[in-house]
Amino acid sequence: MAKRVGMEVAVAVAEAVGQCDIDMAAVYPITPQSHIAEHLSDLVADGKIDAEFVTVESEHSAMSAVIGASGTGARVYTATSSQGLMLMHELLPIASGMRLPIVMGIANRAVSGPLNILNDHSDIMPQRDSGWISIFVENGQEAVDVSIQAFKIAEHKDVNLPVCVNIDGFQLTHMVEPLEFPDQELVDKFLPPRVPYATLHPSKPVTMGAFAMSDYFTEMQKAKDEALINSKKVILEVWDEWAKMFGRAYKPVETYKADDAEILMLTMGSMGETAEMAIDALRAKGVSVGLIKLRLWRPFPFEEIKAVLKAAKKLIVTDRAVSFGGPGGPVFSEIKSALYSEARRPAIYNYIIGLGGRDVTVKDFIGMVEKVIPCSAEKTVDTYEYWGVRES
Amino acid sequence: MNIVENFDLYAPRLINKKELLSAGHRACTGCAEVLAVRLMCKALGENTVIASATGCMEIVSSMYPTTAWEVPWIHVAFENAAAVAAGVEAGLAGLRKKGKIDDRYIKVVGMAGDGGTMDIGFQALSGAMERGHDMLFVCFDNEAYMNTGIQRSSGTPMGASTTTAPAGKISSGQKTWKKNMPEIMVAHGVSYVATACPSYPLDFIRKVEKAKSIKGPSYIHCFSVCPTGWRCGSHLAIAMGRLAVESGVFPLYEVENGKYKMSSEMPKKLKPVKDYFKAQGRFRHLGEEEVKTIQHKVESEYQKILDKAKYLKAWD
Repeated sequence: MAKRVGMEVAVAVAEAVGQCDIDMAAVYPITPQSHIAEHLSDLVADGKIDAEFVTVESEHSAMSAVIGASGTGARVYTATSSQGLMLMHELLPIASGMRLPIVMGIANRAVSGPLNILNDHSDIMPQRDSGWISIFVENGQEAVDVSIQAFKIAEHKDVNLPVCVNIDGFQLTHMVEPLEFPDQELVDKFLPPRVPYATLHPSKPVTMGAFAMSDYFTEMQKAKDEALINSKKVILEVWDEWAKMFGRAYKPVETYKADDAEILMLTMGSMGETAEMAIDALRAKGVSVGLIKLRLWRPFPFEEIKAVLKAAKKLIVTDRAVSFGGPGGPVFSEIKSALYSEARRPAIYNYIIGLGGRDVTVKDFIGMVEKVIPCSAEKTVDTYEYWGVRES
Repeated sequence: MNIVENFDLYAPRLINKKELLSAGHRACTGCAEVLAVRLMCKALGENTVIASATGCMEIVSSMYPTTAWEVPWIHVAFENAAAVAAGVEAGLAGLRKKGKIDDRYIKVVGMAGDGGTMDIGFQALSGAMERGHDMLFVCFDNEAYMNTGIQRSSGTPMGASTTTAPAGKISSGQKTWKKNMPEIMVAHGVSYVATACPSYPLDFIRKVEKAKSIKGPSYIHCFSVCPTGWRCGSHLAIAMGRLAVESGVFPLYEVENGKYKMSSEMPKKLKPVKDYFKAQGRFRHLGEEEVKTIQHKVESEYQKILDKAKYLKAWD
């Protein structure tokens, strides 16, 4: 039986990856991903991971190297954050376009302008359309579990796509939490060796990354889109299997006291547990409020979102990134899109919160809910507000 | 001069008959670079994986749904051929040591043009060489960004007219001396560095074979005449390569563990640079003084290499 241990989440992510029989990893250090990189190095140095470990000279080369290695049929891992992810940006759609399974941990951190090393989601949002499966985790246990599940999803014959696991930087990566690691035997059973579709090996020469002009390009883009959309089926199957083997269930959209709630709040990532405390406090005061936690960012779970929003009158969407000059935060835009064709839909209020590591407390969530209580539910004009911003 | 008489007669015995870069690719008429790539493949043989940068050779050889490659080949982006090759090498090593693939030796080769090597790909190459991956990197240097339309690179020679460093009323084309890439590779401690040119096919093949036998990083800088970009007749590609070598503009040499050795193809007496410039439109605007300056630089650079060959010893 798996034991519970207290461990820093970044270290635990490296431990979990170490359970997955990876063949190759390439990493470049960046705060707050560095503890993942360091602990992976320790595991390799102690012979606990039998993998080639490439300490590249940039994140661009980290992604390039794992693409090359995944091309050989190897099981590969990398991790990064913020500016590192931005430097990889060019290669992300190439990795998915080449249909190469890669697992990447992202210690989410604000993107510079000005420099800031703390947590928000402005690094992953510009990667939204890169064709990667993108999953957010809420706590250390989810970081461990999803890091293992990600290999199975990425390498599935009906998927063959890269997967990124979003782990809030510092707020999550640097927390010491009680964690349960799955037994190695069970992980081996859950995650058999990768069976690649094609490999860079002289026994059967293939060309990867060919040049395609207008006669094929559109078809390739659609094929990638369909692969990503269809990956949801596999993700759900993998989560079912995980629940059966390890007793922890995962869904694309999680809810908390949401069934009968008139007001719903939506979070993504580590803020979920703080928001739950706000829900409890508000419920105690008789406010009909519940929480939605969006776990699967890509492919976007339209059906699940519509299902949980059927009855609510008001919806508060929190965003930890800004779409400058745009229609609101990126999560807000997706939710609005999802609901546009629905006959019944809640009024939506968008709050930009927790940028660059700014703390978001239970009091903040309560404040957001209290602010929308007096608003008319018939209101069709949506709000878009920077929560707690100083204007002078 | 080590030029083989009756080459056609001997060639089949000297060169691998198997074509690993098949005919039907889309390179320009008279492209010496595609000839160099073909010869490189022959020297490498089938147990090879190539990681190519974006550029002419990638475009002409991999137009989906066709491919000219008979060896495993991967292209990812422009600046990262060395990093992709490093990843391929690491991936194969990881799989091999666990018995997930057979244990045959596979040479991993990164390839790029001068831009993909000396400019945008410089960092990735430096990193891969410093880390000591078991890989060969070949720069096919045609001295400008030919694929995008003859723009200058750090490999463009002084005085050459390109579309972004054109000769004009107050400009004589390229204002900088060519970056000395082989020397930079030697400075990385790369145990085998060589210059080569497909105008000397046997020398080039021997150098690729030598690099293939090195366990660790190796680097070949291959001078690749581009008639389209150099504005010379497409029938002159081989001749231009020979003149570049014979004039000392592009000396052939190799550096094994720091020990320099001039290739036997190098003449005792260099031809004047103007002989090499004559047939090329990119140098046509140069006046006597400018040619003289370049002639002086070529001689002094050539002397440096001769001195290194004479005085430097191999590393321990």
